[in-house]
Amino acid sequence: MESTVIQVNNLTKKFGAFKAVDAISFEVQAGEIFGFLGANGAGKTTAMRMLTGLSRPSSGEASVAGYDVYRQAEQIKQNIGYMSQKFSLYEDLSVKQNIRFYGGIYGMSRQAIRDKTEEILQNLQLESVAKQLVQSLPLGWKQRLAFSVALMHDPTIVFLDEPTGGVDPVTRRQFWEMIYEAAHTGKTIFVTTHYMDEAEYCDRVSIMVAGKIEALDSPKGLKETFSADSMDDVFLRLAREG
Amino acid sequence: MTAISIQQISKSYDGTPALKGLSFEVQAGELFGLIGPDGAGKTSLFRILTTLLLPDEGQASVVGYDVVKEYKEIRKRVGYMPGRFSLYQDLSVEENLNFFATIFGTSIEENYDLIRDIYVQIEPFKKRLAGKLSGGMKQKLALCCALIHKPEALFLDEPTTGVDAVSRKEFWDMLKRLKAKGITILVSTPYMDEASMCERIALIQHGQILSIDSPQNIISAFNKPLFTIQGGNFYALLRDLRSYEETEQVLPFGDSLHLTTYRERDAKVIQNWLTEKGHQDIQVKQQQAGIEDVFLDLLQTQAS
Repeated sequence: MESTVIQVNNLTKKFGAFKAVDAISFEVQAGEIFGFLGANGAGKTTAMRMLTGLSRPSSGEASVAGYDVYRQAEQIKQNIGYMSQKFSLYEDLSVKQNIRFYGGIYGMSRQAIRDKTEEILQNLQLESVAKQLVQSLPLGWKQRLAFSVALMHDPTIVFLDEPTGGVDPVTRRQFWEMIYEAAHTGKTIFVTTHYMDEAEYCDRVSIMVAGKIEALDSPKGLKETFSADSMDDVFLRLAREG
Repeated sequence: MTAISIQQISKSYDGTPALKGLSFEVQAGELFGLIGPDGAGKTSLFRILTTLLLPDEGQASVVGYDVVKEYKEIRKRVGYMPGRFSLYQDLSVEENLNFFATIFGTSIEENYDLIRDIYVQIEPFKKRLAGKLSGGMKQKLALCCALIHKPEALFLDEPTTGVDAVSRKEFWDMLKRLKAKGITILVSTPYMDEASMCERIALIQHGQILSIDSPQNIISAFNKPLFTIQGGNFYALLRDLRSYEETEQVLPFGDSLHLTTYRERDAKVIQNWLTEKGHQDIQVKQQQAGIEDVFLDLLQTQAS
Protein backbone atom coordinates (compact mmCIF):
# COMPACT_ATOMS: atom_id res chain seq x y z
CA MET A 1 0.00 0.00 0.00
CA GLU A 2 1.15 3.51 -0.73
CA SER A 3 1.77 5.70 2.25
CA THR A 4 1.08 9.40 2.43
CA VAL A 5 4.06 11.51 3.48
CA ILE A 6 2.63 14.95 2.88
CA GLN A 7 -1.00 15.68 3.66
CA VAL A 8 -2.38 19.17 3.12
CA ASN A 9 -5.92 20.27 3.85
CA ASN A 10 -7.26 23.78 3.15
CA LEU A 11 -3.89 25.23 4.06
CA THR A 12 -4.02 29.03 4.06
CA LYS A 13 -1.59 31.85 4.73
CA LYS A 14 -2.73 35.45 4.96
CA PHE A 15 -0.58 38.56 5.07
CA GLY A 16 -3.05 41.16 6.28
CA ALA A 17 -6.03 40.90 3.94
CA PHE A 18 -3.96 39.22 1.21
CA LYS A 19 -4.25 35.45 0.89
CA ALA A 20 -0.83 34.34 -0.38
CA VAL A 21 -1.92 30.71 -0.10
CA ASP A 22 -5.65 30.16 -0.37
CA ALA A 23 -7.00 26.88 1.01
CA ILE A 24 -4.81 24.43 -0.88
CA SER A 25 -5.28 20.67 -0.46
CA PHE A 26 -3.21 17.79 -1.78
CA GLU A 27 -1.37 14.61 -0.81
CA VAL A 28 2.05 13.32 -1.76
CA GLN A 29 2.89 9.61 -1.61
CA ALA A 30 6.16 8.05 -0.47
CA GLY A 31 8.67 7.70 -3.30
CA GLU A 32 6.87 10.16 -5.52
CA ILE A 33 8.51 12.96 -7.51
CA PHE A 34 6.03 15.77 -6.98
CA GLY A 35 6.39 18.93 -9.08
CA PHE A 36 5.13 22.10 -7.44
CA LEU A 37 4.71 24.65 -10.21
CA GLY A 38 3.38 28.16 -10.47
CA ALA A 39 4.21 31.59 -11.83
CA ASN A 40 6.43 33.97 -9.83
CA GLY A 41 4.27 35.31 -7.02
CA ALA A 42 1.67 32.52 -7.18
CA GLY A 43 2.39 31.49 -3.59
CA LYS A 44 4.78 28.54 -4.05
CA THR A 45 7.46 29.82 -1.70
CA THR A 46 4.95 30.70 1.00
CA ALA A 47 3.39 27.23 0.76
CA MET A 48 6.81 25.60 0.87
CA ARG A 49 7.81 27.62 3.92
CA MET A 50 4.74 26.33 5.76
CA LEU A 51 5.47 22.74 4.77
CA THR A 52 9.07 22.98 5.92
CA GLY A 53 8.08 24.35 9.33
CA LEU A 54 9.45 27.84 8.69
CA SER A 55 6.16 29.70 8.62
CA ARG A 56 3.01 29.16 10.67
CA PRO A 57 -0.17 28.74 8.61
CA SER A 58 -3.11 31.11 9.16
CA SER A 59 -5.55 28.21 8.92
CA GLY A 60 -6.00 24.72 7.54
CA GLU A 61 -4.06 21.55 8.28
CA ALA A 62 -0.89 19.95 7.06
CA SER A 63 1.36 17.13 8.11
CA VAL A 64 4.78 16.38 6.71
CA ALA A 65 6.55 13.05 7.35
CA GLY A 66 3.85 12.38 9.93
CA TYR A 67 4.39 15.60 11.87
CA ASP A 68 1.97 18.44 12.31
CA VAL A 69 3.07 21.82 10.90
CA TYR A 70 1.65 23.75 13.89
CA ARG A 71 2.82 21.67 16.81
CA GLN A 72 5.81 19.75 15.48
CA ALA A 73 7.69 22.19 13.25
CA GLU A 74 11.03 21.20 14.81
CA GLN A 75 10.48 17.48 14.14
CA ILE A 76 9.62 18.35 10.54
CA LYS A 77 12.91 20.21 10.10
CA GLN A 78 14.81 17.17 11.36
CA ASN A 79 13.02 14.79 9.04
CA ILE A 80 13.27 16.63 5.78
CA GLY A 81 16.07 17.72 3.49
CA TYR A 82 16.07 21.13 1.83
CA MET A 83 18.03 22.53 -1.05
CA SER A 84 17.68 25.64 -3.17
CA GLN A 85 19.67 27.23 -5.94
CA LYS A 86 20.05 30.37 -3.91
CA PHE A 87 21.02 28.91 -0.57
CA SER A 88 22.54 25.55 0.02
CA LEU A 89 26.26 25.42 0.72
CA TYR A 90 28.69 27.82 2.37
CA GLU A 91 31.01 29.07 -0.36
CA ASP A 92 33.79 29.93 2.06
CA LEU A 93 33.89 26.52 3.72
CA SER A 94 35.58 23.51 2.15
CA VAL A 95 33.64 20.59 0.70
CA LYS A 96 34.36 18.48 3.78
CA GLN A 97 33.55 21.29 6.22
CA ASN A 98 30.18 21.83 4.55
CA ILE A 99 29.26 18.17 4.88
CA ARG A 100 30.34 18.05 8.52
CA PHE A 101 28.59 21.33 9.29
CA TYR A 102 25.25 20.04 8.02
CA GLY A 103 25.75 16.72 9.79
CA GLY A 104 26.11 18.71 13.01
CA ILE A 105 23.05 20.85 12.26
CA TYR A 106 21.00 17.69 11.74
CA GLY A 107 22.23 16.38 15.08
CA MET A 108 24.06 13.35 13.71
CA SER A 109 26.65 11.56 15.84
CA ARG A 110 30.37 12.13 15.21
CA GLN A 111 30.76 8.60 13.92
CA ALA A 112 27.76 8.92 11.61
CA ILE A 113 29.09 12.23 10.27
CA ARG A 114 32.51 10.68 9.62
CA ASP A 115 31.01 7.70 7.79
CA LYS A 116 28.60 9.80 5.79
CA THR A 117 31.32 12.28 4.79
CA GLU A 118 33.43 9.45 3.39
CA GLU A 119 30.43 8.01 1.59
CA ILE A 120 29.43 11.29 -0.05
CA LEU A 121 32.98 12.16 -1.11
CA GLN A 122 33.36 8.71 -2.61
CA ASN A 123 29.99 8.58 -4.39
CA LEU A 124 30.51 11.97 -5.96
CA GLN A 125 34.21 11.35 -6.61
CA LEU A 126 35.10 14.49 -4.74
CA GLU A 127 37.90 13.02 -2.58
CA SER A 128 40.60 14.97 -4.39
CA VAL A 129 38.86 18.30 -3.77
CA ALA A 130 37.61 17.58 -0.24
CA LYS A 131 39.74 20.38 1.21
CA GLN A 132 38.95 22.96 -1.46
CA LEU A 133 36.55 25.79 -0.83
CA VAL A 134 33.12 25.18 -2.31
CA GLN A 135 33.33 28.45 -4.26
CA SER A 136 36.09 26.96 -6.42
CA LEU A 137 33.88 24.09 -7.66
CA PRO A 138 31.95 24.09 -10.96
CA LEU A 139 28.22 24.67 -10.51
CA GLY A 140 27.32 21.11 -11.46
CA TRP A 141 29.51 19.67 -8.69
CA LYS A 142 28.13 22.13 -6.15
CA GLN A 143 24.62 21.07 -7.00
CA ARG A 144 25.28 17.40 -6.64
CA LEU A 145 27.08 18.04 -3.38
CA ALA A 146 24.19 20.18 -2.10
CA PHE A 147 21.73 17.45 -3.00
CA SER A 148 23.78 14.78 -1.22
CA VAL A 149 24.08 17.00 1.83
CA ALA A 150 20.31 17.54 1.86
CA LEU A 151 19.96 13.75 2.02
CA MET A 152 22.76 12.99 4.49
CA HIS A 153 20.56 12.59 7.57
CA ASP A 154 18.39 10.14 5.64
CA PRO A 155 15.21 12.26 5.54
CA THR A 156 11.91 10.88 4.28
CA ILE A 157 11.31 13.88 2.04
CA VAL A 158 13.57 16.30 0.28
CA PHE A 159 12.34 19.75 -0.77
CA LEU A 160 14.08 21.22 -3.80
CA ASP A 161 13.36 24.89 -4.43
CA GLU A 162 14.32 25.73 -8.02
CA PRO A 163 17.40 23.51 -7.77
CA THR A 164 18.32 24.01 -11.44
CA GLY A 165 17.66 27.73 -11.99
CA GLY A 166 20.08 29.17 -14.54
CA VAL A 167 21.82 25.86 -15.06
CA ASP A 168 22.86 24.59 -18.48
CA PRO A 169 21.10 21.64 -20.13
CA VAL A 170 23.88 19.13 -19.45
CA THR A 171 24.16 19.87 -15.75
CA ARG A 172 20.38 19.93 -15.35
CA ARG A 173 20.13 16.42 -16.77
CA GLN A 174 22.87 15.08 -14.53
CA PHE A 175 21.04 16.57 -11.59
CA TRP A 176 17.74 14.98 -12.55
CA GLU A 177 19.39 11.58 -12.72
CA MET A 178 20.32 12.01 -9.07
CA ILE A 179 16.70 12.86 -8.33
CA TYR A 180 15.49 9.71 -10.11
CA GLU A 181 18.00 7.63 -8.24
CA ALA A 182 16.88 9.02 -4.88
CA ALA A 183 13.21 8.46 -5.75
CA HIS A 184 14.14 4.95 -6.84
CA THR A 185 15.42 4.25 -3.31
CA GLY A 186 12.12 5.42 -1.82
CA LYS A 187 12.81 9.10 -1.09
CA THR A 188 9.97 11.51 -1.71
CA ILE A 189 10.93 14.49 -3.84
CA PHE A 190 9.05 17.78 -3.67
CA VAL A 191 10.43 20.07 -6.34
CA THR A 192 9.74 23.51 -7.83
CA THR A 193 11.03 24.50 -11.26
CA HIS A 194 10.45 26.94 -14.08
CA TYR A 195 11.67 24.46 -16.67
CA MET A 196 8.66 22.79 -18.23
CA ASP A 197 10.69 19.88 -19.60
CA GLU A 198 11.54 19.12 -15.97
CA ALA A 199 7.86 19.20 -15.08
CA GLU A 200 7.52 16.25 -17.46
CA TYR A 201 10.00 14.27 -15.34
CA CYS A 202 7.69 14.42 -12.32
CA ASP A 203 5.22 11.67 -11.40
CA ARG A 204 2.60 14.28 -10.61
CA VAL A 205 2.49 18.04 -10.96
CA SER A 206 0.44 20.73 -9.27
CA ILE A 207 0.06 24.20 -10.73
CA MET A 208 -0.60 27.15 -8.43
CA VAL A 209 -2.29 30.28 -9.70
CA ALA A 210 -2.93 33.25 -7.39
CA GLY A 211 -2.68 31.21 -4.18
CA LYS A 212 -4.82 28.28 -5.33
CA ILE A 213 -3.96 24.92 -6.84
CA GLU A 214 -5.68 25.07 -10.22
CA ALA A 215 -4.54 21.71 -11.55
CA LEU A 216 -3.03 18.53 -10.17
CA ASP A 217 -2.36 15.38 -12.14
CA SER A 218 0.34 13.41 -13.92
CA PRO A 219 1.95 15.38 -16.78
CA LYS A 220 0.19 13.03 -19.18
CA GLY A 221 -3.18 13.58 -17.49
CA LEU A 222 -2.73 17.36 -17.51
CA LYS A 223 -1.86 17.39 -21.19
CA GLU A 224 -4.99 15.36 -21.95
CA THR A 225 -7.24 17.54 -19.79
CA PHE A 226 -6.02 20.74 -21.43
CA SER A 227 -5.64 19.20 -24.90
CA ALA A 228 -2.05 20.47 -24.88
CA ASP A 229 1.06 19.13 -26.61
CA SER A 230 3.43 19.95 -23.82
CA MET A 231 3.54 21.03 -20.20
CA ASP A 232 4.62 24.42 -21.49
CA ASP A 233 1.21 24.80 -23.16
CA VAL A 234 -0.60 23.61 -20.05
CA PHE A 235 1.28 26.10 -17.92
CA LEU A 236 0.80 29.02 -20.28
CA ARG A 237 -2.90 28.35 -20.50
CA LEU A 238 -3.43 28.12 -16.75
CA ALA A 239 -1.06 30.79 -15.54
CA ARG A 240 -2.27 33.37 -18.08
CA GLU A 241 -5.57 33.58 -16.26
CA GLY A 242 -3.80 34.66 -13.08
CA MET B 1 26.83 47.74 -40.36
CA THR B 2 28.67 46.16 -37.46
CA ALA B 3 27.38 47.06 -34.01
CA ILE B 4 29.64 44.83 -31.94
CA SER B 5 33.03 43.63 -33.09
CA ILE B 6 35.09 41.21 -31.01
CA GLN B 7 38.59 40.25 -32.13
CA GLN B 8 40.78 37.72 -30.36
CA ILE B 9 39.56 38.70 -26.90
CA SER B 10 41.22 36.85 -24.03
CA LYS B 11 40.75 37.16 -20.30
CA SER B 12 42.21 35.17 -17.41
CA TYR B 13 41.62 35.32 -13.67
CA ASP B 14 44.70 34.35 -11.64
CA GLY B 15 45.96 32.24 -14.51
CA THR B 16 42.60 30.55 -15.14
CA PRO B 17 41.46 31.43 -18.65
CA ALA B 18 37.84 32.61 -18.96
CA LEU B 19 37.96 33.74 -22.60
CA LYS B 20 40.43 32.31 -25.11
CA GLY B 21 40.85 34.45 -28.19
CA LEU B 22 37.15 34.90 -28.90
CA SER B 23 36.13 36.60 -32.17
CA PHE B 24 32.77 37.40 -33.71
CA GLU B 25 30.64 40.26 -34.93
CA VAL B 26 27.07 41.32 -34.31
CA GLN B 27 25.29 43.42 -36.93
CA ALA B 28 23.34 46.55 -36.10
CA GLY B 29 19.75 45.69 -35.27
CA GLU B 30 20.52 42.00 -34.82
CA LEU B 31 19.10 39.85 -32.02
CA PHE B 32 22.10 37.71 -31.13
CA GLY B 33 22.14 34.90 -28.54
CA LEU B 34 25.04 33.69 -26.44
CA ILE B 35 24.49 30.13 -25.31
CA GLY B 36 26.78 28.18 -23.03
CA PRO B 37 27.08 26.35 -19.73
CA ASP B 38 27.85 28.02 -16.44
CA GLY B 39 31.47 29.15 -16.46
CA ALA B 40 31.69 29.32 -20.26
CA GLY B 41 32.78 32.96 -20.11
CA LYS B 42 29.50 34.65 -21.06
CA THR B 43 29.47 37.10 -18.16
CA SER B 44 33.15 38.00 -18.65
CA LEU B 45 32.39 38.85 -22.25
CA PHE B 46 29.39 40.99 -21.25
CA ARG B 47 31.51 42.86 -18.75
CA ILE B 48 34.25 43.53 -21.29
CA LEU B 49 31.76 44.79 -23.88
CA THR B 50 30.03 47.06 -21.36
CA THR B 51 33.47 48.43 -20.33
CA LEU B 52 33.33 47.10 -16.78
CA LEU B 53 36.28 44.77 -17.25
CA LEU B 54 39.50 45.13 -19.23
CA PRO B 55 40.47 42.32 -21.61
CA ASP B 56 44.00 40.90 -21.30
CA GLU B 57 44.38 40.67 -25.05
CA GLY B 58 42.47 41.46 -28.20
CA GLN B 59 40.21 44.27 -29.28
CA ALA B 60 36.52 44.97 -29.19
CA SER B 61 34.30 47.78 -30.28
CA VAL B 62 30.69 48.53 -29.49
CA VAL B 63 28.56 50.88 -31.60
CA GLY B 64 31.76 52.10 -33.23
CA TYR B 65 33.79 52.82 -30.10
CA ASP B 66 36.74 50.95 -28.62
CA VAL B 67 35.93 49.26 -25.30
CA VAL B 68 39.19 50.39 -23.71
CA LYS B 69 40.03 53.78 -25.18
CA GLU B 70 36.51 55.12 -25.65
CA TYR B 71 34.69 53.50 -22.78
CA LYS B 72 32.89 56.69 -21.80
CA GLU B 73 31.22 56.92 -25.21
CA ILE B 74 30.06 53.33 -24.94
CA ARG B 75 28.59 53.82 -21.49
CA LYS B 76 26.33 56.58 -22.82
CA ARG B 77 25.10 54.42 -25.65
CA VAL B 78 24.46 50.96 -24.27
CA GLY B 79 22.05 49.42 -21.77
CA TYR B 80 23.16 46.55 -19.56
CA MET B 81 21.08 44.16 -17.52
CA PRO B 82 23.43 42.05 -15.38
CA GLY B 83 22.57 38.49 -14.38
CA ARG B 84 22.08 39.43 -10.78
CA PHE B 85 19.27 41.84 -9.94
CA SER B 86 21.20 45.03 -9.34
CA LEU B 87 18.67 47.79 -8.94
CA TYR B 88 18.20 49.55 -5.62
CA GLN B 89 16.02 47.25 -3.54
CA ASP B 90 15.18 50.01 -1.09
CA LEU B 91 13.98 52.43 -3.74
CA SER B 92 10.52 52.16 -5.27
CA VAL B 93 9.89 51.14 -8.87
CA GLU B 94 9.39 54.76 -9.87
CA GLU B 95 12.41 55.99 -7.91
CA ASN B 96 14.69 53.44 -9.56
CA LEU B 97 13.56 54.45 -13.00
CA ASN B 98 13.91 58.15 -12.21
CA PHE B 99 17.37 57.56 -10.80
CA PHE B 100 18.64 55.83 -13.94
CA ALA B 101 17.04 58.47 -16.18
CA THR B 102 18.73 61.26 -14.21
CA ILE B 103 22.15 59.55 -14.29
CA PHE B 104 21.95 59.52 -18.07
CA GLY B 105 20.73 63.10 -18.21
CA THR B 106 17.28 62.26 -19.50
CA SER B 107 13.79 61.86 -18.07
CA ILE B 108 11.15 59.15 -18.03
CA GLU B 109 8.91 61.36 -20.20
CA GLU B 110 11.53 61.86 -22.89
CA ASN B 111 11.89 58.19 -23.75
CA TYR B 112 8.60 56.90 -22.41
CA ASP B 113 7.75 55.67 -25.86
CA LEU B 114 10.44 53.02 -25.71
CA ILE B 115 9.47 51.56 -22.35
CA ARG B 116 5.71 52.09 -22.46
CA ASP B 117 4.75 48.50 -23.36
CA ILE B 118 6.84 47.16 -20.51
CA TYR B 119 6.28 49.90 -17.97
CA VAL B 120 2.47 49.76 -18.06
CA GLN B 121 2.74 46.22 -16.67
CA ILE B 122 4.60 47.37 -13.57
CA GLU B 123 3.09 50.84 -13.27
CA PRO B 124 0.31 49.69 -10.90
CA PHE B 125 3.13 48.87 -8.45
CA LYS B 126 5.22 52.00 -9.00
CA LYS B 127 5.21 52.92 -5.31
CA ARG B 128 6.38 49.44 -4.27
CA LEU B 129 10.00 48.90 -3.24
CA ALA B 130 11.98 47.09 -5.92
CA GLY B 131 13.08 44.50 -3.34
CA LYS B 132 9.43 43.52 -2.81
CA LEU B 133 8.67 42.75 -6.46
CA SER B 134 8.19 39.23 -7.80
CA GLY B 135 10.87 37.81 -10.11
CA GLY B 136 8.99 38.59 -13.30
CA MET B 137 8.34 42.19 -12.30
CA LYS B 138 11.94 42.73 -11.24
CA GLN B 139 13.07 41.70 -14.71
CA LYS B 140 10.66 44.12 -16.33
CA LEU B 141 11.83 46.97 -14.14
CA ALA B 142 15.47 46.12 -14.84
CA LEU B 143 14.76 46.16 -18.56
CA CYS B 144 13.04 49.57 -18.27
CA CYS B 145 16.05 50.95 -16.39
CA ALA B 146 18.42 49.57 -19.04
CA LEU B 147 16.34 51.23 -21.78
CA ILE B 148 15.53 54.60 -20.27
CA HIS B 149 18.40 56.43 -22.04
CA LYS B 150 17.44 54.97 -25.42
CA PRO B 151 20.57 52.85 -25.94
CA GLU B 152 21.79 51.75 -29.37
CA ALA B 153 22.79 48.34 -28.05
CA LEU B 154 21.34 46.27 -25.24
CA PHE B 155 23.29 43.66 -23.25
CA LEU B 156 21.16 41.16 -21.35
CA ASP B 157 22.95 38.58 -19.21
CA GLU B 158 20.50 35.73 -18.52
CA PRO B 159 17.50 38.05 -18.20
CA THR B 160 14.99 35.23 -17.77
CA THR B 161 16.74 32.97 -15.26
CA GLY B 162 14.36 32.21 -12.38
CA VAL B 163 11.45 33.71 -14.29
CA ASP B 164 8.31 31.66 -14.91
CA ALA B 165 7.27 30.45 -18.36
CA VAL B 166 4.57 33.09 -18.85
CA SER B 167 6.81 36.01 -17.95
CA ARG B 168 9.58 34.56 -20.12
CA LYS B 169 7.29 34.57 -23.11
CA GLU B 170 6.24 38.17 -22.44
CA PHE B 171 9.88 39.15 -22.03
CA TRP B 172 10.78 37.73 -25.43
CA ASP B 173 7.81 39.44 -27.06
CA MET B 174 9.25 42.68 -25.71
CA LEU B 175 12.71 41.92 -27.08
CA LYS B 176 11.24 41.40 -30.53
CA ARG B 177 9.52 44.78 -30.34
CA LEU B 178 12.78 46.44 -29.27
CA LYS B 179 14.58 44.78 -32.13
CA ALA B 180 11.94 46.16 -34.50
CA LYS B 181 12.91 49.62 -33.25
CA GLY B 182 16.47 49.01 -34.45
CA ILE B 183 18.18 48.25 -31.14
CA THR B 184 21.02 45.71 -31.32
CA ILE B 185 20.53 43.03 -28.67
CA LEU B 186 23.11 40.62 -27.27
CA VAL B 187 21.43 38.18 -24.88
CA SER B 188 22.62 35.10 -23.01
CA THR B 189 20.29 32.35 -21.81
CA PRO B 190 20.33 28.82 -20.44
CA TYR B 191 16.94 28.16 -22.11
CA MET B 192 17.27 26.43 -25.45
CA ASP B 193 13.76 27.40 -26.58
CA GLU B 194 14.88 31.02 -26.27
CA ALA B 195 18.02 30.35 -28.31
CA SER B 196 15.85 29.47 -31.27
CA MET B 197 14.21 32.91 -31.13
CA CYS B 198 17.51 34.67 -31.90
CA GLU B 199 18.58 35.50 -35.45
CA ARG B 200 22.03 34.08 -34.82
CA ILE B 201 23.54 32.30 -31.87
CA ALA B 202 27.02 31.46 -30.67
CA LEU B 203 27.45 28.30 -28.62
CA ILE B 204 30.35 28.84 -26.27
CA GLN B 205 32.21 26.64 -23.81
CA HIS B 206 35.49 27.11 -21.92
CA GLY B 207 35.83 30.59 -23.38
CA GLN B 208 35.73 29.42 -26.98
CA ILE B 209 33.11 29.33 -29.71
CA LEU B 210 31.90 25.87 -30.66
CA SER B 211 29.52 26.99 -33.33
CA ILE B 212 28.08 30.24 -34.63
CA ASP B 213 25.21 30.56 -37.12
CA SER B 214 21.46 30.94 -37.38
CA PRO B 215 19.55 28.40 -35.26
CA GLN B 216 18.19 26.85 -38.45
CA ASN B 217 21.63 26.36 -39.98
CA ILE B 218 23.04 24.95 -36.76
CA ILE B 219 20.25 22.40 -36.70
CA SER B 220 20.64 21.54 -40.39
CA ALA B 221 24.36 20.86 -39.91
CA PHE B 222 23.59 18.13 -37.38
CA ASN B 223 23.83 14.81 -39.21
CA LYS B 224 23.64 12.11 -36.55
CA PRO B 225 20.70 9.70 -36.44
CA LEU B 226 18.36 10.85 -33.69
CA PHE B 227 15.42 8.95 -32.18
CA THR B 228 12.77 9.86 -29.65
CA ILE B 229 11.66 7.11 -27.33
CA GLN B 230 8.49 7.27 -25.27
CA GLY B 231 6.62 5.07 -22.86
CA GLY B 232 7.40 2.50 -20.19
CA ASN B 233 9.53 3.05 -17.13
CA PHE B 234 11.57 6.14 -17.89
CA TYR B 235 14.45 5.52 -15.51
CA ALA B 236 14.84 1.84 -16.46
CA LEU B 237 14.74 2.77 -20.16
CA LEU B 238 17.46 5.35 -19.66
CA ARG B 239 19.71 2.88 -17.85
CA ASP B 240 19.23 0.12 -20.41
CA LEU B 241 19.82 2.42 -23.36
CA ARG B 242 23.09 3.54 -21.80
CA SER B 243 24.32 -0.03 -22.14
CA TYR B 244 23.09 -0.42 -25.74
CA GLU B 245 26.01 -0.90 -28.12
CA GLU B 246 24.50 1.39 -30.77
CA THR B 247 24.09 4.27 -28.33
CA GLU B 248 26.28 7.29 -28.71
CA GLN B 249 24.27 9.39 -26.28
CA VAL B 250 20.89 9.08 -24.56
CA LEU B 251 19.30 11.95 -22.66
CA PRO B 252 15.94 12.79 -21.13
CA PHE B 253 13.89 15.41 -23.02
CA GLY B 254 10.67 16.19 -21.22
CA ASP B 255 8.32 13.25 -21.65
CA SER B 256 10.68 11.31 -23.96
CA LEU B 257 14.27 10.19 -24.32
CA HIS B 258 16.48 11.33 -27.18
CA LEU B 259 18.89 8.75 -28.49
CA THR B 260 21.72 9.35 -30.94
CA THR B 261 23.28 6.28 -32.51
CA TYR B 262 26.70 5.76 -34.08
CA ARG B 263 25.22 4.75 -37.43
CA GLU B 264 21.91 4.80 -39.27
CA ARG B 265 19.51 2.36 -37.65
CA ASP B 266 15.93 1.49 -38.32
CA ALA B 267 13.63 2.55 -35.48
CA LYS B 268 12.29 -1.01 -35.54
CA VAL B 269 15.70 -2.42 -34.62
CA ILE B 270 15.87 -0.25 -31.51
CA GLN B 271 12.29 -1.07 -30.65
CA ASN B 272 13.02 -4.80 -30.88
CA TRP B 273 16.09 -4.51 -28.71
CA LEU B 274 14.04 -2.73 -26.04
CA THR B 275 11.28 -5.33 -26.24
CA GLU B 276 13.89 -8.05 -25.69
CA LYS B 277 15.03 -6.13 -22.61
CA GLY B 278 11.47 -6.41 -21.30
CA HIS B 279 10.20 -2.90 -22.04
CA GLN B 280 6.62 -2.71 -23.20
CA ASP B 281 4.48 -0.09 -24.95
CA ILE B 282 7.51 1.73 -26.29
CA GLN B 283 7.37 4.08 -29.27
CA VAL B 284 10.59 4.72 -31.16
CA LYS B 285 10.62 7.38 -33.86
CA GLN B 286 13.39 8.90 -35.91
CA GLN B 287 13.33 12.67 -35.57
CA GLN B 288 14.86 15.95 -36.68
CA ALA B 289 17.21 17.39 -34.07
CA GLY B 290 16.42 20.58 -32.17
CA ILE B 291 18.84 23.21 -30.99
CA GLU B 292 19.16 21.54 -27.58
CA ASP B 293 20.18 18.23 -29.20
CA VAL B 294 22.92 19.97 -31.15
CA PHE B 295 24.15 21.83 -28.12
CA LEU B 296 24.27 18.72 -25.95
CA ASP B 297 26.05 16.85 -28.70
CA LEU B 298 28.64 19.59 -29.16
CA LEU B 299 29.33 19.74 -25.45
CA GLN B 300 29.67 15.98 -25.31
CA THR B 301 32.01 15.79 -28.30
CA GLN B 302 34.18 18.59 -26.95
CA ALA B 303 34.37 17.05 -23.51
CA SER B 304 35.60 13.68 -24.70
